[in-house]
Amino acid sequence: MSVEIKNLSHTYSEGSPFEFRALKDISITIENGSFIGIIGHTGSGKSTLIQHLNGLLTPTSGTVLVDGKDIFETKKSELIQLRHHVGLVFQYPEHQLFEETVQKDVGFGPKNQGLSEDEIDQRVRQSIKMVGLDFDAIKDKSPFELSGGQMRRVAIAGVLAMEPSVLILDEPTAGLDPRGREEILAQIKSLHTQKQITVVLVSHSMEDIGKMVDKILVINEGEVVFFDTPNRVFTEISTLESIGLAVPQVTYLMRRLKEKYPEIREDIFTVEAAKKEILKVIRG
Amino acid sequence: MLKDVTIGQYYPTGSVIHKLDPRTKILFTTAFVVMLFFLNNLWGYLATFLILATITLLSKIPVGYIIRGIKGLVLIIMLTVVLNLFMTPGTTIATLGPLSVTLEGLKVATYMALRLIFLVVGTSIMTLTTSPIDLTDGMEWCMRFIPFVRRYAHELAMMMSIALRFIPTLMEETERIMKAQKARGANFETGSIISRAKNLIPILIPLFISAFRRADELATAMEARCYRGGENRTRMKQLAFEFRDHASLVLMVMMIVGLYLTTMINIPLGFPI
Repeated sequence: MSVEIKNLSHTYSEGSPFEFRALKDISITIENGSFIGIIGHTGSGKSTLIQHLNGLLTPTSGTVLVDGKDIFETKKSELIQLRHHVGLVFQYPEHQLFEETVQKDVGFGPKNQGLSEDEIDQRVRQSIKMVGLDFDAIKDKSPFELSGGQMRRVAIAGVLAMEPSVLILDEPTAGLDPRGREEILAQIKSLHTQKQITVVLVSHSMEDIGKMVDKILVINEGEVVFFDTPNRVFTEISTLESIGLAVPQVTYLMRRLKEKYPEIREDIFTVEAAKKEILKVIRG
Repeated sequence: MLKDVTIGQYYPTGSVIHKLDPRTKILFTTAFVVMLFFLNNLWGYLATFLILATITLLSKIPVGYIIRGIKGLVLIIMLTVVLNLFMTPGTTIATLGPLSVTLEGLKVATYMALRLIFLVVGTSIMTLTTSPIDLTDGMEWCMRFIPFVRRYAHELAMMMSIALRFIPTLMEETERIMKAQKARGANFETGSIISRAKNLIPILIPLFISAFRRADELATAMEARCYRGGENRTRMKQLAFEFRDHASLVLMVMMIVGLYLTTMINIPLGFPI
């Protein structure tokens, strides 16, 4: 599914002294099957933006087209249908768990979709496996007796079980240990390659964004600063730094190396690519 | 939806009313509310209206914002008006099927409606112009004059400020959880009452869990900073009456006397009885 955002603006508490313009005239297109990263300073409007993509927030002006269809022109029931296709994993999704067992909780989404018992069961098994948990060991446990990392996975599984064609994740690795981060990101990546779904990932980690996405959307104070490939975005170091962001650490390293070895490339943002380039220059 | 609730909200404008000592405002509001129940003719209501209008203008809060606060009470006001209009015995001035409107009923209904509106507007001006922290500080001071309650004044005030502090947090949390469950296909807008009530479970359980967690964390944080309420506790911000407070208290006495005097006016205004 492609998602087209057209002149989108959103103002919170319009007309009160707490009025806040969170988004200002945003226009971008997310192609079908692409992997988009969104970066921006805290309060830049990232979370507000993604909540428009499945109609949880209504824009002050502008609109969103999903597969060419204006989602704010449709009926309420269609909007609910839309949410089956555009899955949104909120920040700290473990705070939304409520059922008695993990199996029931993950099955909440598919049940709302009106699927049959068999199909729900199958989807629950699949999505729990997808997030790297053992279905038989965990299905009858209460979600509240799990560890933080496991709860996070169960909550993500709850959205995956709806089999969305667009998956939006708001900082899915915030507050996890390094291993948990790696695993969850790897699972998202493999989900993207296996099922060809469109993924939108909001993150504060330039490293994660740099190595995973096709295109980066940089927003600052509700406005688009860049929407381009990591290659191009990460060369704009001074602009990124001026809005409180940074480039991956390895890019800084490459810049310093360039002072000594002028032939080295500096548009590098993953450790693997850096290793290759350094070896090439040393041997070369 | 939840954002439309204006009662109890703070609306900063930095006006002279905002700068008044919270104790002054609490006393003034109490006197105002008590006086409302003494009024017995339209002269009194007219005077009250003028007092309220002056205070509202001084507070610089948009009138529309205050009126929005009354909207939630329209139902209660309407109910009071209708009941009083038809249920009061007296001289009939109009009939509507088996029901009859009496002159006395019309009078009582008008007074009741005005009283309710003035009550809500008067008290909401206090909360709109006083930050929750100031308000509880003022309450704590006022509670020292009530026997029995006096001993627990600090604890009660602390409980009140924590409760006030958590209203917006819990509202935000509710909205977030609602959105998260909506994103999983939950439907809160349509269906029968029973199915809607059932749909609340996915909101209420996470909300309770988070409220307990927050309470627990706050208690730990307070303990970690050696909080001990009550005796010998000093404050960083001391309340102090200033000239404007003294002036307001003089005005308050004048208001009480003035409104009391209106009850003795015998010149009819509006109702011939």
